[in-house]
Amino acid sequence: MDAYVHLVPWIIALPLVGFLLNGLFGLAFESYRDRKNLIGAIATSAVFFPFLIALYLFFAMSGDSEAASVSLFTWMQAGDFSVDIAYRLDQLSILMTLVVTGVGALIHLYSVGYMADDEGFWKFFAFMNLFIFAMLNLVLADNMLLLFLGWEGVGLCSYLLIGFWYTDMAKSDAAKKAFLYNRVGDFAFLIAMFLVFQITGSLRFQDILDSAYLFSTDQAFLVGALIFIGATGKSAQIPLFVWLPDAMAGPTSVSALIHAATMVTSGIYVISRLSPLYMMSPELMLIVAVIGALTALVAATIALTRYDIKAVLAYSTVSQLGFMFLALGSGAFVAAMFHVVTHAFFKACLFLGSGSVIHAMHHVEHKLHKTNPDVHFDPQDMRFMGGLRAYLPSTYKTFLIATIAIAGIPPLAGFFSKDEILVMTFNAGAGVYGSIYYVLWAMAMLTAFMTAFYMFRLTFGIFHGSFRLPKLIEGAKDSAKLLHESPWTMTSVLWGLAVLSVIGGFIGIPNFVVATFTGTADVNLLSNWLDKVTLDADLILSKQVEWMLLSGSVLVASLGIFVAYKKYGNQEPVAEDEAVAARFGPLYSLWNKKYLFDEMYEGGIVRPVVRFSDRVLAVFDIRAIDGFVNFIASFVRFFGHLARYLQTGMIQTYAYGMVIGVVLILYLLIIR
Amino acid sequence: MESVNELLTISPIVIIGFAGLFVMMLDAFTGNARWSFYASLFFCLAALAGAVQNVLGPTGTSFYSLVYYGGTASFGAVLVLTGTLFSLCLSKDYLEQTGNHIAEVYSLVLFAAFGMLLLVQANHMIVLFLGIESMSIALYALAGLLRDQKKSVEAALKYFLLGAFSTGFLLYGIALLYGSTGSLALPEIAEASDKGVMYWAGVGLLFTGFFFKVSAVPFHMWTPDVYQGSPTTVTAFMATASKSAAFVAFILVLSRALPDTSQQWQEVLWIFAVFTMVIGNLLALVQENIKRMLAYSSIAHAGYIMVGLAATSGAAYSAVLYYLFAYTLMNVGAFGVVAYYECHKNCDFTEIKNYAGLGFKKPIMGILMSVFLFSMVGIPPFAGFIGKYRVFAAAIDEGLISLVIIGVLASAISVYYYLSVLVYLYMKEDETGMVMKRPSTLYSLALIILALLTIYFGVHPGLLTDFLGSFYSVTW
Repeated sequence: MDAYVHLVPWIIALPLVGFLLNGLFGLAFESYRDRKNLIGAIATSAVFFPFLIALYLFFAMSGDSEAASVSLFTWMQAGDFSVDIAYRLDQLSILMTLVVTGVGALIHLYSVGYMADDEGFWKFFAFMNLFIFAMLNLVLADNMLLLFLGWEGVGLCSYLLIGFWYTDMAKSDAAKKAFLYNRVGDFAFLIAMFLVFQITGSLRFQDILDSAYLFSTDQAFLVGALIFIGATGKSAQIPLFVWLPDAMAGPTSVSALIHAATMVTSGIYVISRLSPLYMMSPELMLIVAVIGALTALVAATIALTRYDIKAVLAYSTVSQLGFMFLALGSGAFVAAMFHVVTHAFFKACLFLGSGSVIHAMHHVEHKLHKTNPDVHFDPQDMRFMGGLRAYLPSTYKTFLIATIAIAGIPPLAGFFSKDEILVMTFNAGAGVYGSIYYVLWAMAMLTAFMTAFYMFRLTFGIFHGSFRLPKLIEGAKDSAKLLHESPWTMTSVLWGLAVLSVIGGFIGIPNFVVATFTGTADVNLLSNWLDKVTLDADLILSKQVEWMLLSGSVLVASLGIFVAYKKYGNQEPVAEDEAVAARFGPLYSLWNKKYLFDEMYEGGIVRPVVRFSDRVLAVFDIRAIDGFVNFIASFVRFFGHLARYLQTGMIQTYAYGMVIGVVLILYLLIIR
Repeated sequence: MESVNELLTISPIVIIGFAGLFVMMLDAFTGNARWSFYASLFFCLAALAGAVQNVLGPTGTSFYSLVYYGGTASFGAVLVLTGTLFSLCLSKDYLEQTGNHIAEVYSLVLFAAFGMLLLVQANHMIVLFLGIESMSIALYALAGLLRDQKKSVEAALKYFLLGAFSTGFLLYGIALLYGSTGSLALPEIAEASDKGVMYWAGVGLLFTGFFFKVSAVPFHMWTPDVYQGSPTTVTAFMATASKSAAFVAFILVLSRALPDTSQQWQEVLWIFAVFTMVIGNLLALVQENIKRMLAYSSIAHAGYIMVGLAATSGAAYSAVLYYLFAYTLMNVGAFGVVAYYECHKNCDFTEIKNYAGLGFKKPIMGILMSVFLFSMVGIPPFAGFIGKYRVFAAAIDEGLISLVIIGVLASAISVYYYLSVLVYLYMKEDETGMVMKRPSTLYSLALIILALLTIYFGVHPGLLTDFLGSFYSVTW
């Protein structure tokens, strides 16, 4: 691989160039801001060309290739501590690079149409390129510190883009919320980094993996747990997931890129990167799996109750990320990465499709508002939608394909990856803490059922039945005429992602499926590809059990779709939701209130901290700390003023000063 | 051929010396200051190329061992010429806008630079003295450039009188050293065996001369008056090029003429470094005029550099060279932004309180000023941080822990006065409502290059630190 690794810096550099071009020109020249085609072209090609390079590297590599790294320069050095700006090319990093740049380029293209009317067009694309730059640093970093730089960089870009419409207070609050929750995780990640350096004396991944034997089981648990806490922040797991639904305040293409396809999967990437460390501690693996399964279930139940179409997708993302952590905790790192890839395809497709819907609804609101200023409705609320398939045919078809994919119907992408996770969870039942893994498997099956259910509830609610807006809003009689499909730049991206959602799963066909017919098989491309970089648990289930599990997962998915069709196929969602609510009673209201997580944080942490700060810390701060600081400051300033008297402006004084200096020098050198 | 090669070893000196005469004659015949400006830029670039050529080549002595070239000396030439080049780039606009665009500025700057180049390449006390004097006389004249302003005339006179005073000490010191060692060549002074009272008195008086030039406390008092009274871009030139030249010559004298007695004179540097850091920072704290503030800040920076000199190791000397490079970039930059503001005549933009709200009016200028000031504070990822870090780290390696603690505390004070400028730029409301001019392309380009270099050498210091370390066979 050494022959190719020199191309890696170009992958990193191009998005940075795009950011600088659009950012600086946009900042300096107002006329540049209106050249939207140019800005969009620069930004999109700054991501597309790295994708081509990554593709070239991918075909130059094979599953057996040795990892290679390229060091640009020494970043910092102090004593034994030395960190390079260095990038690592191996099977895992190139896989993530392909996802980031490939899906990223598509979403950039989509945004050219989606953001066309926005005043901050140039700023948006500058931030998007900066995000890609940071994300590539994260996945290609050769050491933990550079990874952390990317980690913080994506956090910053996420903050900037969630709060992109920062004049809206709620949106800028959502940005702050995301940033603060991530901060908690980042702190744990930092401590993990200190510990790793203390134990191995290096922050390079190669050194850490080579000297994994230096870790005692307890140390592996501690370091792994801290990194996992970092991952729960960035990848939105219990207890730090509450920021992700709020993060939907940003433009929809941001949600698709950052909060579905790339940034939120970085926690999974880091843990896969350090898989040998995690495999040392079964307790740690169990914790990861439990948190993952719990998050998946909790988020899926909340998603059942949402009307905001982006909120459904947001909770669905949290839930799918939970599946990935469940896979990690079951020792199925390949399955987790597999789900990262397929999820990037279908979830990006879903988000962009919802963006297309919101685009159309927003247009309707805008038009109605012009003729009648009293008309107001939320363009993201599916209660006002229904029957849109007649008006947005491409959006409908692609959305449906991605929904089938996420529901887990073969042979679409989501089926293979989700099935592999379920199989591997069941497989972990044979190991230490086996019985708990069977419980987790059951939870995951339940979640898979719910996933199919709430996703089809969403699709039916938006696209099926009749258009409900004219009935609900006065003065919106003929609003259906105002609906229109998005431009081709947007729909072509939807189709591209839909195709990937269909065929994406074939990179990871389970071996046993083919082996049943041919005896043995080696068709799981992804597993062979990642063989060298991740340390997976062995699959010990028999073919028969695997077939049973596979049929089971198809069955629950179909059941979910069937129930959703019965309930929402052609009916009003509100009435049906009330029927569901009546059946589940208090449980449903718990889901509807999002398990009161926000309220618990508010009541348990935010308000006590604010009160404590207000009554104790603020007083201490003003009286003691400020007092002390001000005392020091005025003390120092006093000496400053005192010294000022020496600076009389009189040349005689100046000469006196020099003479005193000379006498002192001569005293020091001769007399002493 | 032999003599041509010898000439190449002093090519920067020759080019700049010729350039000074040429620019003077050019003005006499054309009477157009712009020609002088472009000619001096051209010669400066040529001399810089020569200096870079020398610094990459071998070290040695030429002209009967009067001149030392390569390594530290030629890097000193690079420092001097970098400071000269950038302050020249800024000078034309500034002097035109303030109505003082006279061609003599350029020839005087070039004569001063000639003296500095001679100073950094000196291998002999007489050459060193010639360098210091040619530099100083040109600088006295430059300080008094604004003849119709009282401040400027006062500054020139003060500078001249005190400079003459310190020259007396310096020359006496050289004479005493000659008396006790029998030689004026730097390496031969090092070989002398008799180190009696006369030797030490000579060393002490030599130190006095250098302390005056680098404005160490208590030899610093001329600095704020002169920096305030001179035209701002000339101040930038004085604050960077002449400081760098004096420090590089000081390093060469310490490391080549007085290496064996470092035990004794180290203590002097220690004590004066403390004075310089503490008093410089304390006085900068109470300034309301930005040029005086930057003058005291340059005194404080001299203090940090003296910490490096007190460490007396090769690592410390190479760290000091790095520091001087970073110092040159950020100081010319900061003075350049001040000079830009000063071009607006309806308000006195040397008073810090008049900077209210300017950061938002001209965002690029605000960002540039922030970069330079943050670099001076010593905050990563700017070059100033790496410089300070290397110097202090080298001093710790030599066991000067208490000195470094004092240095760090003193530089903590500096955060206040640097950032208070940014507080005015960004956190106060502008009440004047005045319209800011657009700087010329060359002007903003020079400042942007300085800022980019400040960032580049802060993020990627390795190349330069390794190269500077190689002068002293140090590996970082």
